[in-house]
Amino acid sequence: MPAIKSLEELKRIREEALQKKQLKATPGNVQVIVAMGTCGIAAGARDTMKSVLSYIETQKLSGVTVSQTGCIGLCEQEPILQIMLGDQPKVIYGKVDAQVAQKIMQQHVQNGQPVKENIIQI
Amino acid sequence: MREIALHLLDIAENSAAAESQNIRMEVHEDLSRDLLTACVTDDGRGMDVTTAQKVQDPFYTTRTTRNVGLGIPLLKLAAEMADGHFSLLSEPGKGTCVKAVFRHSHIDRMPLGDLSATFLTALVSHPDIHWTFIYQVTDKNGNSGDFSFDDAELKTELGDLSLTEPEVLTFVHGMIEEGIDALALQTIN
Repeated sequence: MPAIKSLEELKRIREEALQKKQLKATPGNVQVIVAMGTCGIAAGARDTMKSVLSYIETQKLSGVTVSQTGCIGLCEQEPILQIMLGDQPKVIYGKVDAQVAQKIMQQHVQNGQPVKENIIQI
Repeated sequence: MREIALHLLDIAENSAAAESQNIRMEVHEDLSRDLLTACVTDDGRGMDVTTAQKVQDPFYTTRTTRNVGLGIPLLKLAAEMADGHFSLLSEPGKGTCVKAVFRHSHIDRMPLGDLSATFLTALVSHPDIHWTFIYQVTDKNGNSGDFSFDDAELKTELGDLSLTEPEVLTFVHGMIEEGIDALALQTIN
Protein backbone atom coordinates (compact mmCIF):
# COMPACT_ATOMS: atom_id res chain seq x y z
CA MET A 1 0.00 0.00 0.00
CA PRO A 2 1.64 3.30 -1.06
CA ALA A 3 -0.08 4.98 1.87
CA ILE A 4 2.32 7.73 2.77
CA LYS A 5 4.83 9.38 0.46
CA SER A 6 7.46 9.17 3.13
CA LEU A 7 7.19 8.95 6.85
CA GLU A 8 10.33 11.05 7.24
CA GLU A 9 8.75 13.82 5.23
CA LEU A 10 5.64 13.73 7.38
CA LYS A 11 7.72 13.88 10.58
CA ARG A 12 9.58 16.91 9.31
CA ILE A 13 6.31 18.59 8.30
CA ARG A 14 4.89 17.91 11.74
CA GLU A 15 7.87 19.47 13.54
CA GLU A 16 7.79 22.55 11.34
CA ALA A 17 4.06 22.95 11.67
CA LEU A 18 4.22 22.76 15.45
CA GLN A 19 6.92 25.42 15.60
CA LYS A 20 5.09 27.75 13.25
CA LYS A 21 1.84 27.24 15.09
CA GLN A 22 3.39 28.72 18.20
CA LEU A 23 4.72 31.71 16.29
CA LYS A 24 1.83 32.55 14.01
CA ALA A 25 -1.43 31.22 15.38
CA THR A 26 -4.64 32.95 14.31
CA PRO A 27 -5.92 35.09 17.21
CA GLY A 28 -8.58 33.28 19.23
CA ASN A 29 -10.34 30.11 18.26
CA VAL A 30 -11.50 30.10 14.62
CA GLN A 31 -14.04 27.62 13.38
CA VAL A 32 -15.22 27.27 9.79
CA ILE A 33 -18.25 25.01 9.34
CA VAL A 34 -19.49 23.87 5.92
CA ALA A 35 -23.03 22.45 5.63
CA MET A 36 -22.78 19.01 4.01
CA GLY A 37 -26.30 17.65 3.79
CA THR A 38 -27.52 16.26 0.47
CA CYS A 39 -28.81 19.75 -0.34
CA GLY A 40 -25.45 21.35 0.45
CA ILE A 41 -23.44 18.82 -1.52
CA ALA A 42 -25.78 19.10 -4.54
CA ALA A 43 -25.45 22.91 -4.42
CA GLY A 44 -21.64 22.83 -4.41
CA ALA A 45 -20.54 22.49 -0.77
CA ARG A 46 -17.55 20.37 -1.75
CA ASP A 47 -16.20 23.19 -3.93
CA THR A 48 -16.76 25.58 -1.03
CA MET A 49 -14.81 23.24 1.25
CA LYS A 50 -12.05 22.88 -1.33
CA SER A 51 -11.81 26.65 -1.61
CA VAL A 52 -11.54 27.08 2.19
CA LEU A 53 -8.81 24.43 2.37
CA SER A 54 -6.86 25.92 -0.52
CA TYR A 55 -7.03 29.35 1.15
CA ILE A 56 -5.56 27.86 4.33
CA GLU A 57 -2.84 26.21 2.23
CA THR A 58 -1.87 29.20 0.12
CA GLN A 59 -2.04 31.78 2.93
CA LYS A 60 -0.38 29.38 5.41
CA LEU A 61 -3.14 30.11 7.90
CA SER A 62 -2.57 28.23 11.12
CA GLY A 63 -5.04 27.39 13.90
CA VAL A 64 -8.26 27.20 11.88
CA THR A 65 -10.66 24.36 12.68
CA VAL A 66 -12.68 23.19 9.68
CA SER A 67 -15.71 20.99 10.22
CA GLN A 68 -19.09 20.11 8.75
CA THR A 69 -22.72 20.05 9.70
CA GLY A 70 -25.81 18.47 8.13
CA CYS A 71 -28.83 20.18 6.61
CA ILE A 72 -29.92 23.11 8.76
CA GLY A 73 -33.24 23.59 6.98
CA LEU A 74 -32.21 26.46 4.71
CA CYS A 75 -31.66 24.32 1.61
CA GLU A 76 -32.44 27.19 -0.78
CA GLN A 77 -29.50 29.16 0.66
CA GLU A 78 -26.93 26.40 0.14
CA PRO A 79 -23.98 26.19 0.04
CA ILE A 80 -23.96 27.48 3.62
CA LEU A 81 -20.82 28.39 5.55
CA GLN A 82 -20.71 29.31 9.24
CA ILE A 83 -17.91 31.21 10.94
CA MET A 84 -17.21 31.29 14.66
CA LEU A 85 -14.49 33.69 15.79
CA GLY A 86 -13.54 33.32 19.44
CA ASP A 87 -16.56 33.96 21.64
CA GLN A 88 -18.37 36.16 19.10
CA PRO A 89 -21.79 34.93 17.96
CA LYS A 90 -21.85 32.54 15.00
CA VAL A 91 -22.24 34.17 11.56
CA ILE A 92 -24.20 32.20 8.92
CA TYR A 93 -23.45 32.82 5.25
CA GLY A 94 -25.58 31.68 2.29
CA LYS A 95 -24.82 31.08 -1.40
CA VAL A 96 -21.15 30.59 -0.65
CA ASP A 97 -19.46 29.43 -3.84
CA ALA A 98 -15.70 29.03 -4.13
CA GLN A 99 -15.17 32.76 -4.76
CA VAL A 100 -17.34 33.96 -1.89
CA ALA A 101 -15.55 31.47 0.37
CA GLN A 102 -12.19 33.07 -0.48
CA LYS A 103 -13.64 36.49 0.32
CA ILE A 104 -15.02 35.30 3.68
CA MET A 105 -11.69 33.70 4.59
CA GLN A 106 -9.81 36.88 3.78
CA GLN A 107 -12.17 39.54 5.13
CA HIS A 108 -13.82 37.78 8.03
CA VAL A 109 -11.46 35.04 9.24
CA GLN A 110 -8.22 36.95 8.71
CA ASN A 111 -9.35 40.56 9.23
CA GLY A 112 -12.46 40.23 11.41
CA GLN A 113 -14.76 42.05 8.94
CA PRO A 114 -17.89 40.01 8.09
CA VAL A 115 -18.91 39.89 4.41
CA LYS A 116 -22.30 41.57 4.87
CA GLU A 117 -23.92 40.79 1.49
CA ASN A 118 -23.84 37.03 2.07
CA ILE A 119 -25.00 36.92 5.69
CA ILE A 120 -28.30 35.10 6.32
CA GLN A 121 -30.43 36.74 9.00
CA ILE A 122 -32.50 34.23 10.93
CA MET B 1 -25.76 15.76 -8.28
CA ARG B 2 -23.44 15.98 -11.23
CA GLU B 3 -20.77 13.48 -10.23
CA ILE B 4 -20.52 9.97 -8.80
CA ALA B 5 -17.87 11.39 -6.45
CA LEU B 6 -20.46 13.80 -4.99
CA HIS B 7 -22.89 10.92 -4.41
CA LEU B 8 -20.13 9.06 -2.58
CA LEU B 9 -19.54 12.03 -0.32
CA ASP B 10 -23.26 12.27 0.36
CA ILE B 11 -23.56 8.56 1.24
CA ALA B 12 -20.45 8.82 3.45
CA GLU B 13 -22.12 11.70 5.30
CA ASN B 14 -24.98 9.30 6.12
CA SER B 15 -22.41 6.85 7.47
CA ALA B 16 -20.81 9.54 9.62
CA ALA B 17 -24.24 10.56 10.93
CA ALA B 18 -24.86 6.90 11.86
CA GLU B 19 -22.01 7.11 14.40
CA SER B 20 -19.58 4.99 12.39
CA GLN B 21 -16.01 4.64 13.57
CA ASN B 22 -14.67 3.12 10.38
CA ILE B 23 -15.78 4.11 6.89
CA ARG B 24 -14.43 2.75 3.65
CA MET B 25 -15.04 4.41 0.28
CA GLU B 26 -14.24 2.38 -2.80
CA VAL B 27 -14.37 3.03 -6.51
CA HIS B 28 -13.49 0.51 -9.17
CA GLU B 29 -13.35 1.44 -12.84
CA ASP B 30 -13.22 -1.88 -14.63
CA LEU B 31 -12.88 -1.38 -18.37
CA SER B 32 -12.43 -5.09 -19.02
CA ARG B 33 -15.97 -5.74 -17.77
CA ASP B 34 -17.28 -2.28 -18.69
CA LEU B 35 -18.34 -1.51 -15.12
CA LEU B 36 -17.93 1.30 -12.66
CA THR B 37 -18.60 0.30 -9.07
CA ALA B 38 -18.82 2.69 -6.12
CA CYS B 39 -19.32 1.52 -2.52
CA VAL B 40 -19.40 2.98 0.94
CA THR B 41 -19.11 0.54 3.84
CA ASP B 42 -19.46 1.57 7.46
CA ASP B 43 -19.74 0.09 10.94
CA GLY B 44 -22.40 2.54 12.10
CA ARG B 45 -25.68 1.81 13.78
CA GLY B 46 -27.21 0.12 10.73
CA MET B 47 -30.87 -0.33 9.87
CA ASP B 48 -33.46 -3.09 10.05
CA VAL B 49 -34.85 -4.56 6.84
CA THR B 50 -37.93 -2.31 6.79
CA THR B 51 -35.92 0.88 7.25
CA ALA B 52 -33.34 -0.23 4.68
CA GLN B 53 -36.23 -0.54 2.19
CA LYS B 54 -37.80 2.77 3.19
CA VAL B 55 -34.65 4.86 2.73
CA GLN B 56 -34.81 4.08 -0.99
CA ASP B 57 -38.09 6.00 -1.12
CA PRO B 58 -37.64 9.78 -1.59
CA PHE B 59 -40.52 10.49 0.78
CA TYR B 60 -38.77 8.91 3.71
CA THR B 61 -36.15 10.65 5.83
CA THR B 62 -34.95 10.68 9.41
CA ARG B 63 -34.07 14.33 9.33
CA THR B 64 -36.28 16.86 11.01
CA THR B 65 -35.72 19.90 8.80
CA ARG B 66 -37.50 18.61 5.66
CA ASN B 67 -39.72 15.66 4.94
CA VAL B 68 -37.96 14.37 1.86
CA GLY B 69 -34.66 12.49 1.71
CA LEU B 70 -33.13 12.43 -1.73
CA GLY B 71 -29.58 11.16 -1.32
CA ILE B 72 -30.09 7.42 -1.68
CA PRO B 73 -32.98 7.51 -4.20
CA LEU B 74 -30.96 9.82 -6.48
CA LEU B 75 -27.95 7.49 -6.48
CA LYS B 76 -30.19 4.49 -7.15
CA LEU B 77 -31.79 6.29 -10.07
CA ALA B 78 -28.40 7.37 -11.48
CA ALA B 79 -27.16 3.76 -11.42
CA GLU B 80 -30.33 2.34 -12.98
CA MET B 81 -30.31 4.98 -15.72
CA ALA B 82 -26.85 3.76 -16.75
CA ASP B 83 -27.88 0.11 -17.07
CA GLY B 84 -26.56 -0.60 -13.60
CA HIS B 85 -27.98 -1.52 -10.23
CA PHE B 86 -28.02 -0.47 -6.64
CA SER B 87 -27.86 -2.44 -3.41
CA LEU B 88 -28.09 -1.54 0.23
CA LEU B 89 -27.22 -4.12 2.86
CA SER B 90 -27.60 -3.25 6.48
CA GLU B 91 -27.81 -4.84 9.87
CA PRO B 92 -28.74 -3.08 13.10
CA GLY B 93 -25.68 -2.60 15.30
CA LYS B 94 -23.30 -3.88 12.61
CA GLY B 95 -23.25 -1.31 9.83
CA THR B 96 -24.31 -0.58 6.29
CA CYS B 97 -22.93 -1.22 2.85
CA VAL B 98 -24.20 0.87 -0.06
CA LYS B 99 -23.16 -0.13 -3.54
CA ALA B 100 -23.95 1.40 -6.92
CA VAL B 101 -22.88 -0.23 -10.18
CA PHE B 102 -22.91 1.60 -13.53
CA ARG B 103 -22.21 0.46 -17.06
CA HIS B 104 -18.94 2.33 -17.66
CA SER B 105 -19.54 3.10 -21.35
CA HIS B 106 -23.24 3.99 -20.98
CA ILE B 107 -24.07 7.36 -22.49
CA ASP B 108 -26.09 8.33 -19.38
CA ARG B 109 -23.41 7.31 -16.91
CA MET B 110 -22.57 10.26 -14.71
CA PRO B 111 -18.89 11.29 -14.74
CA LEU B 112 -16.86 10.01 -11.83
CA GLY B 113 -15.84 13.58 -11.02
CA ASP B 114 -13.34 14.93 -8.54
CA LEU B 115 -12.63 11.91 -6.38
CA SER B 116 -9.64 13.46 -4.64
CA ALA B 117 -11.78 16.43 -3.49
CA THR B 118 -14.35 13.96 -2.12
CA PHE B 119 -11.71 12.00 -0.21
CA LEU B 120 -10.04 15.13 1.16
CA THR B 121 -13.38 16.65 2.23
CA ALA B 122 -14.43 13.46 4.03
CA LEU B 123 -11.06 13.15 5.76
CA VAL B 124 -10.96 16.75 6.98
CA SER B 125 -14.65 17.02 7.94
CA HIS B 126 -14.60 13.98 10.21
CA PRO B 127 -11.18 13.73 11.85
CA ASP B 128 -12.44 11.23 14.47
CA ILE B 129 -13.45 8.64 11.89
CA HIS B 130 -10.98 6.07 10.60
CA TRP B 131 -11.13 6.41 6.81
CA THR B 132 -10.06 4.00 4.10
CA PHE B 133 -10.12 5.16 0.48
CA ILE B 134 -9.61 2.81 -2.44
CA TYR B 135 -9.55 3.69 -6.11
CA GLN B 136 -8.89 0.82 -8.47
CA VAL B 137 -8.58 0.87 -12.24
CA THR B 138 -8.59 -2.18 -14.51
CA ASP B 139 -7.78 -1.64 -18.17
CA LYS B 140 -9.30 -3.44 -21.16
CA ASN B 141 -6.70 -6.21 -20.95
CA GLY B 142 -7.46 -6.90 -17.31
CA ASN B 143 -4.37 -5.19 -15.82
CA SER B 144 -5.16 -3.45 -12.54
CA GLY B 145 -3.63 -0.65 -10.56
CA ASP B 146 -4.88 0.87 -7.35
CA PHE B 147 -4.52 3.78 -4.98
CA SER B 148 -5.36 2.91 -1.43
CA PHE B 149 -5.11 5.17 1.53
CA ASP B 150 -5.67 4.21 5.13
CA ASP B 151 -5.48 7.25 7.42
CA ALA B 152 -4.37 5.34 10.56
CA GLU B 153 -0.62 5.78 10.04
CA LEU B 154 -1.00 9.43 9.12
CA LYS B 155 -3.06 10.19 12.24
CA THR B 156 -0.71 8.36 14.57
CA GLU B 157 2.15 10.38 13.18
CA LEU B 158 0.27 13.68 13.44
CA GLY B 159 -0.75 13.13 17.05
CA ASP B 160 -2.67 16.18 18.23
CA LEU B 161 -1.70 18.27 15.21
CA SER B 162 -4.78 19.15 13.15
CA LEU B 163 -5.23 18.01 9.56
CA THR B 164 -6.08 21.61 8.71
CA GLU B 165 -2.65 22.99 9.56
CA PRO B 166 -1.44 24.39 6.21
CA GLU B 167 1.69 22.23 5.90
CA VAL B 168 -0.22 19.05 6.74
CA LEU B 169 -3.01 19.96 4.34
CA THR B 170 -0.55 20.50 1.49
CA PHE B 171 1.05 17.14 2.20
CA VAL B 172 -2.20 15.14 2.40
CA HIS B 173 -3.85 16.98 -0.47
CA GLY B 174 -0.81 16.37 -2.69
CA MET B 175 -0.60 12.71 -1.78
CA ILE B 176 -4.26 11.97 -2.56
CA GLU B 177 -4.31 14.02 -5.74
CA GLU B 178 -1.10 12.52 -7.17
CA GLY B 179 -2.19 8.97 -6.39
CA ILE B 180 -5.57 9.38 -8.06
CA ASP B 181 -4.38 11.41 -11.05
CA ALA B 182 -1.73 8.83 -11.87
CA LEU B 183 -4.38 6.12 -12.07
CA ALA B 184 -6.99 8.22 -13.83
CA LEU B 185 -4.50 8.65 -16.67
CA GLN B 186 -4.62 4.91 -17.22
CA THR B 187 -8.36 4.99 -18.00
CA ILE B 188 -7.69 7.47 -20.78
CA ASN B 189 -4.81 5.55 -22.36
